Amino acid sequence: MVPTSVEEVIRALQAHRYIADRGLATAIFLALRLGRPLFLEGEPGVGKTEVAKVLADLLGTELIRLQCYEGLDVHSAVYEWDYARQILQIRMLEAAGERELSRVRQQIFSPDFLIRRPLLQALEARNGRPPVLLIDELDRADEEFEAFLLELLSDWQITIPEIGTVRAEQPPVVVITSNRTREIHDALKRRCLYFWIDYPTFEKEYQIVRARLPEAPERLTRQVVAFVQELRRLDLYKVPGVAETLDWTAALLALDQTELDPVVIDETLGALLKYQDDVLKVRGEVARDLLAKALLQAERAPGIP
Amino acid sequence: MGGYLLRHIVRFGRTLRAAGVPVTPGQMMTFVRALAWIPIGDREAFYHAARCTLVCRHEDLAVFDRVFEWFWRNPLMGGAIPPGLLQTAPGPMRRQENRPRPAEVGHPPADDARPPRPEAPPVILADRAMTYSPVEQLRHKQFERFSEEEIAAARRLMACLRWRIHERETRRLRPAPKGGQLDVRRTLRRSLRHHGEWVRLFWRDHKRKPRPLVVLCDISGSMERYARMLLHFLHALSHTRRHVETFVFGTRLTRITRCLRHRDVDEALREVGRRVVDWSGGTRIGECLHVFNRDWARRVLGRGAVVMIISDGWDRGDVALLRREMERLQKSCYRLIWLNPLLGLPGYQPLTRGMQAALPFIDDFLPVHNLASLEQLAAHLERLPPRRSARRSGLVQAAV
Repeated sequence: MVPTSVEEVIRALQAHRYIADRGLATAIFLALRLGRPLFLEGEPGVGKTEVAKVLADLLGTELIRLQCYEGLDVHSAVYEWDYARQILQIRMLEAAGERELSRVRQQIFSPDFLIRRPLLQALEARNGRPPVLLIDELDRADEEFEAFLLELLSDWQITIPEIGTVRAEQPPVVVITSNRTREIHDALKRRCLYFWIDYPTFEKEYQIVRARLPEAPERLTRQVVAFVQELRRLDLYKVPGVAETLDWTAALLALDQTELDPVVIDETLGALLKYQDDVLKVRGEVARDLLAKALLQAERAPGIP
Repeated sequence: MGGYLLRHIVRFGRTLRAAGVPVTPGQMMTFVRALAWIPIGDREAFYHAARCTLVCRHEDLAVFDRVFEWFWRNPLMGGAIPPGLLQTAPGPMRRQENRPRPAEVGHPPADDARPPRPEAPPVILADRAMTYSPVEQLRHKQFERFSEEEIAAARRLMACLRWRIHERETRRLRPAPKGGQLDVRRTLRRSLRHHGEWVRLFWRDHKRKPRPLVVLCDISGSMERYARMLLHFLHALSHTRRHVETFVFGTRLTRITRCLRHRDVDEALREVGRRVVDWSGGTRIGECLHVFNRDWARRVLGRGAVVMIISDGWDRGDVALLRREMERLQKSCYRLIWLNPLLGLPGYQPLTRGMQAALPFIDDFLPVHNLASLEQLAAHLERLPPRRSARRSGLVQAAV
């Protein structure tokens, strides 16, 4: 079902264990209502991809995912012919005495021999509800693909020379994400509803961890979140995202920790920091300082039920 | 929708544009359509709807917030944006304050503004065999001695320089008669003409693309005499190649890529002058590289970038930090080139602390003091090896 107000989106997301602020909820709501793609930017690990997954759950529809990489082309994004089967078919037709070339051509270039890649799948979905199409990490693809996508997003049709044009009955719900390792062209972004997902505040991150890992003790969760929040103030190459907070909490749970202590922090820092320089910088002295601040913050954190 | 509101919205769009946020009519239409779905009396909902429909760049969000706050406090008021509204917009580059200096870049400072510099002793050119046509003289003249007319002439010469950096292989394939991979699709299609017999094979090969070029140029006091020419060089470079990112640094790092996009060089350099606040001050190369590595490296060093640092290596900052950041920078780019204007002087030895710290992590150490050296650089870029050179491990090297 399509939500009818921003509040409903917030509630529905929460029911699917995704904590969103009003800005993001408004962007999602308008994307659904106006039939526009949603363009999500932000640092890695702030939950951009998750939005698409939750959205598919929430709308009760299928999620089709296209992971972008450099050199992504039509053959891996839209369609490809199944050559092996085509060759086999030619041999079989030959054995059956088929001499008419145009008939051979017609047979082997039919939809039966088409391998459907994510974008074509998204256009061809015909089960009443449009699917959610996730185009993940668009910044990794090259400009040629971006230009192709721009065309697709405005027409919702793809031409396959051998068959003809495939047009979407209902355009899919599109979510595009970018880590901003390069700028995506404005023309594409203007077609979308743009939202920048920031690192969450203490309260929001606390709610996220509670929602995702309800089995973690409340006290530990507070401390973990306060520690990560302090860590983000440091001058690091890669600041930990929410994904890292969740990983770390899960790691601490697996170790049966009920609260943070300096030793366990040093041992599990690898779950939070992904650069050796950052680990060296934080381990020991700095971690102890952060912990002291975090414990203080965790005690007096306001606004938590 | 009420006529008044619509009129305010149109004016709001215009105000945003005046503040530098490029809002298109298409985006305005989307915004107006969006308003049908949200309760208009709800200021917060109105704000979020405007934000996700009218802004499409992260760096514009802060400006949008300020303009929104100012405009909708009293939309009837009208008038121009008050000066200062956008001045204090927080940005990643505005962390520390610096002594501002409204410099006119591209023009020498007024003579009475500073004590006269003692004339540098004339430099004897090693190569006397060349012809003495005016162009030839210009090619070997040191940048710091250029007059205004000579700069103009030099610009014309620089515009003729071709910058063909050795290209990188992408993962994208394209038809190539001598390629290394079979193009099954085309081969199969053609085979139908011969009853499925693969009479002729078609091939594909990797497409080649230019590498991005990132330039970090030192504009501190010791580099002042070269800065003018170098900025002209950067401007020429930005206009002859795509994918050039330019930064300048002294005590802080400033990105000037957008300033240099102006076709007109004087306008471009004025824009740079407005943006950069640490002209002719001290140098903290380590700190500036740190900021670059942290805030920009991931965004501009993809796709096998070539990085050029232009500096004389006089550094008043933390040497250990410089060493660490150089190592990281070298590891994250395809080729790290250091251009030193002093290297063109006879008898120069890179003995300064900063230069010593940086040297182990540099792939190429080249002079940049006259036009001939730029030609040399262009030739060198064209011949870069297809693989990156072996990287040293800094932890071992740091002890040297």
